[in-house]
Amino acid sequence: MQISSKAIPLPISNIDTDQIIPAKFLKQVDKLGYGKNLFYSWRYLDNGDSNPEFILNQPERSSAQILIAGNNFGCGSSREHAAWAVADYGIKAIISTQFADIFKGNAYNNGILPIELDKTSVDQLMQKSLDSANVTIEIDLESQEVSCDDINLRQIFDIHPFKKQCLMQGMDETEFLINLRPEIQAYENQRSIPV
Amino acid sequence: MGKTLFHKVWDFHVVKNIADGLDVLFIDQHFLHEVTSPQAFDGLRNRDIKVLMPNRCVATADHNVPTVNQSKPIRDPLSAAQVASLKTNCEEFGIELFGIGHENQGIVHIIGPDLGITQPGMTIVCGDSHTSTHGAFGTIAFGIGTSQVEQVLASQSLVLSKPKTMKIEVNGTLPFGSTSKDVILYIISKLGTEGATGHFVEYTGDVFEKMSMEERMTVCNMSIEMGARGGLIGVDQTTIDYVLERKEISEEKISWWTSLNTDPDAKFDKSVTYSAENIFPMVTTGTAPDTGIRLNERIGAAPHLSEKSLKYMQFSSDENVADQAVDYVFIGSCTNGRIEDLRAVANLIRGKKKADSVNAWVVPGSMKVRSQAIEENLDQIFRDSGFEFREPGCSACLAMNDDKIPSGSLCVSTSNRNFEGRQGDGARTVLASPLTAAASALTGKITDPTIFLDAN
Repeated sequence: MQISSKAIPLPISNIDTDQIIPAKFLKQVDKLGYGKNLFYSWRYLDNGDSNPEFILNQPERSSAQILIAGNNFGCGSSREHAAWAVADYGIKAIISTQFADIFKGNAYNNGILPIELDKTSVDQLMQKSLDSANVTIEIDLESQEVSCDDINLRQIFDIHPFKKQCLMQGMDETEFLINLRPEIQAYENQRSIPV
Repeated sequence: MGKTLFHKVWDFHVVKNIADGLDVLFIDQHFLHEVTSPQAFDGLRNRDIKVLMPNRCVATADHNVPTVNQSKPIRDPLSAAQVASLKTNCEEFGIELFGIGHENQGIVHIIGPDLGITQPGMTIVCGDSHTSTHGAFGTIAFGIGTSQVEQVLASQSLVLSKPKTMKIEVNGTLPFGSTSKDVILYIISKLGTEGATGHFVEYTGDVFEKMSMEERMTVCNMSIEMGARGGLIGVDQTTIDYVLERKEISEEKISWWTSLNTDPDAKFDKSVTYSAENIFPMVTTGTAPDTGIRLNERIGAAPHLSEKSLKYMQFSSDENVADQAVDYVFIGSCTNGRIEDLRAVANLIRGKKKADSVNAWVVPGSMKVRSQAIEENLDQIFRDSGFEFREPGCSACLAMNDDKIPSGSLCVSTSNRNFEGRQGDGARTVLASPLTAAASALTGKITDPTIFLDAN
């Protein structure tokens, strides 16, 4: 998995899942089409028009596949719709100093790479991307490296080898668990206290 | 070295360790609701597999349900379709459903404990972040995404990395009028919305020991609001009595339950301690749950308060929070929709009228809570005071049904989140205890409840 893209910087901390996708859009029974409502309240004006001041709506950001966000991105609800909206919009990686736990898991399960870097690196990437929409950020999952030539930045990020393997090989965690069904049933039958 | 309660429960449920720091964890109880489950059931159909252990799953309709005229069809076609889809899925996959109108229907985190399904030592999940509520029973309970809902349906297990542990200790005596809701709002205001990220919290100290199970549930419910994976409390006689009032339990199991406490020499990755004497009734001022202050403070005294949130809330930092006009009061949700919450509100408002400018809604957390309230004539007290007593559901906590707070209106809410637009586009939410919400409904301003309480 390699990404080379411009970025959308959102220098806001604690972006909660209600901002990523409001509850009124959680009424579908499928996973399709959530991208158009990503960041709905910030992205559209009361009359439904695009809000030209919101960075996502700037034409020069339209093809960006990387989001750079303030600390604690994805806090709040467990709604996977938030990850579906991010993925459907076309975002493949999010860079922040920290993600909320449930969102982070949901991101992995939808092929989105949540990358945690130190504050200085995130601040530098954020500022450079705010200054210019043409800054390109490179992400290489195999070497676990984020780089940005414009600011001479090169950083290694952490990812659990199992999660990395899932993303690299398109391995399905659910299939992995389904194959473990006999062991899971044996565990249930053998434990000392029935819970 | 001894073990924490968290580690005792976790280790008991490990099916196998698959990699460094990664376990397959068995899930004892899976709760489902209509919003986060349809795509998971679709996943099972696509794989052509059945639910592995349907007897470990229970479903209810709560997020989308109307709270008036529940017996009539749901007007919003999308909500109706989602509720209908839950029924079809539960029938097809053999899962017990407490749908609209069922005597056991209600908010998933209210009914689980109240029906005796939630029991000490369990691992519990639900596609809902407030699953942490069940931690009050010494369980490992946490919210999951829909992909994981599918995994639990398919395998009754999850692949998880073990979180770190954090101890939050509160000792002493709470000041008059201060409740379990104020305790958790205080803790969140100290730690911030990400203060416990990556951790599983255990609440210890005599303040929690003295609490009823319902009060403990209010505390554990909001663990997620400081980023914690979940929050739990050790098992004691209060826990055991609560379950025994609802279920017959073997001596062997009860004896195991009594072991579900952190050993004295166990170590936590992180610990904080607070004094109960400093915890007064609290309200939030911004658009995150960590912006709580005392009712006699200026808004600017709130921690974690951003310019952006002040602007959204239409507050200025030099105003007193207690002066703010209130348009709506919402009493309910998985945080404060239980019978003790309704009793506390009824006691405070009995014989008094709400302010004319305020719309006050009481939404019981379940059919059972509603019936109990009616049996105790609380519904009459609510009506006499001008409060609407509604039918059960998540309601204005997240406004997925028709219970929306209009744009610009201020709502004092007993729920758990004050995010922008959470209770409706442009709605301004102030989180508070049921007592503070009730007092604010009476005066039409954010109000310290102690002026209405009898100190004796």
